[in-house]
Amino acid sequence: MPYNCIVLIKQVPDTKRITGQAMNDDGTVNRGALPAIFNPEDLNALEVALQIKEQFGGTITAITMGPPAAAAVLRDSLYRGADDAVLITDVRCAASDTLATSYILKCAVQKTGDFDIVLCGRQAIDGDTAQVGPQLAEKLGVPQITYLEELAELDGDSITARRNIGTGWQQVRTKLPVLLTVTGEANEPRVAAAKKMMKYKNAWAPVEIEQQVRAENPEVDEATIKELVERKCSILKEKGLLIKQWDLDFVEADLTWCGRGGSPTKVHRIQSVVLAAKESKNVEPSENGITEMIGELIEDKTIA
Amino acid sequence: MIDVNRQGEVWVFAEQHDGRLEDTPIELMSKARSLADILGVKLAAAALGNGVSKLAKKLIQYGADKVYVVEHPLLASYQTNSYARVMYDLIHKYEPQIVLYGATVTGRDLAPRIASAAKAGLTADCTDLQIGDHESAKDKQLHKNLLFQIRPAFGGNIIATIINYNRWPQMATVREGVMRMPEPDVNRKGKIIEEKAELSEDELPLEILAEHKRPRKVDLKAARIIVAGGAGVGSKENFKLIWDLANCLGAAPAASRAAVDLGFIDHDHQVGQTGTTVRPNLYVAVGISGAIQHQAGMSQSRKIVAINSDTDAPIFQIAHYKIVGDLNVVVPKMIKAVREKSVKEERAEVTK
Repeated sequence: MPYNCIVLIKQVPDTKRITGQAMNDDGTVNRGALPAIFNPEDLNALEVALQIKEQFGGTITAITMGPPAAAAVLRDSLYRGADDAVLITDVRCAASDTLATSYILKCAVQKTGDFDIVLCGRQAIDGDTAQVGPQLAEKLGVPQITYLEELAELDGDSITARRNIGTGWQQVRTKLPVLLTVTGEANEPRVAAAKKMMKYKNAWAPVEIEQQVRAENPEVDEATIKELVERKCSILKEKGLLIKQWDLDFVEADLTWCGRGGSPTKVHRIQSVVLAAKESKNVEPSENGITEMIGELIEDKTIA
Repeated sequence: MIDVNRQGEVWVFAEQHDGRLEDTPIELMSKARSLADILGVKLAAAALGNGVSKLAKKLIQYGADKVYVVEHPLLASYQTNSYARVMYDLIHKYEPQIVLYGATVTGRDLAPRIASAAKAGLTADCTDLQIGDHESAKDKQLHKNLLFQIRPAFGGNIIATIINYNRWPQMATVREGVMRMPEPDVNRKGKIIEEKAELSEDELPLEILAEHKRPRKVDLKAARIIVAGGAGVGSKENFKLIWDLANCLGAAPAASRAAVDLGFIDHDHQVGQTGTTVRPNLYVAVGISGAIQHQAGMSQSRKIVAINSDTDAPIFQIAHYKIVGDLNVVVPKMIKAVREKSVKEERAEVTK
């Protein structure tokens, strides 16, 4: 039987490539200076969905919440085989913590209609919290299988999977619908398909079209811009190249639970990491230097 | 969510599997004890399971004033839904101001589910917890005695302090191995409170078909001395130097992520952000440049010796003993020095 899969993805700064320049003087992250990438474990989640679709049929909808630029990871999902892409973008989403994020995503998932399997990466490399998946599962009222290492079997409305439990693994079975969080060990994500890339490189979200129109027509009035955007969007839609764009009103989110106001956790302080030894000494790499150091370490009982 | 409750207790979720208490809740007890003392409230542990009453005494010896025990046959194996529901009910009955969980796979699976149901805040993977005041930027309102939830973010490049001043309880998961294990006090007295749970099969949506526990080859957390090698060691063959130095010091051999990725040694030996967090008496870093991700897992070591040929290696910023030189020369000299010293010590013992 075919399965409807929803894959939740995130565009993240490549934290492994942070350099000195990527940090502001106050220790905050200068996001602008960091390359934005597809969160690695979200690619593993997408790959699980693609394998399900290949074997059983069905559809894959990729959803991301973020600024207009996050549409890039949606295009990337289309290149790899997703059928549909949704960008949740709204300034009122800003400063959402994991709880508010999971609430907004719940509203979006419900808006897409019936689903069998929701897939997320285990965690995103910018926050490393691994919280949004389980929080979303609770809000959707479905069971969760976190730390998925291998999807063992899908049979009717029953799913069997192996999950990492830290000290080993566990094989579990449950009924659909379900939410899975997928680890990097689950698979080797496929690369973009050239044919799909050719097709979808011109897929845009309305907010991107608007940016393009404004850049191309710096002199025209707002009404004309609106008209041009609408015309371009309807052409894209006809070709199946319009990325869906939803705001909080469209997904019928209660604003009380969104953004800064909807987030119980707040940042008190951000510090850049500066670690330093309280007292340190240079040791000559000679026999004398080293013997003296070992002597000190024995003396102060560091070495028994 | 519960209202701000200044009389609320400090709670630790007593993670156990098959009736065996995990290390993390015990590590959490010492920190939670000091938080409760600062706030002038009781410290409690919540033990859920089937046959967990026997753990209550141990939790009291490690610092709990109270232990809430929930026994139920359906709690025999951990499941997200059943455990989350029972914890949710307990939290709403007793209204603790702080609830802490170990950032184990189980803690990270459970705590967000509870936080979502309770619409309360949760901070992941804290490396430190403190009590402090926060002035809200918007209305200048002062919130006193909040839980400072301190954690690395952006791959360990920054340290964020997170607070939650209105939607309590204040909840956090805490990284394994970063808090010091307390000594048990066998004479400590505490109160055991038995709680009943109503559970039905519907709340166990998962069937656990099989489970395999992989025995840990090395217990880095318990090691008093650790000798760790990095990419600078060069090859798996040359990593023998690390094993030799570890052997003569009675130390556990460890490695940076780079050395593990290069296949020099098994992942069980990895120290750092994505490996184990350690705080031994002595940490000898050999050919490790000391990326922030590695430092996150070992900077709490009491003494750090760094050996590296690169003067600018970041590891030197946190080292107590800095040896700039070729590890292939330095390590054998260290082995020799340790052997000679210990022989002398033994002789001295004999002549005394």
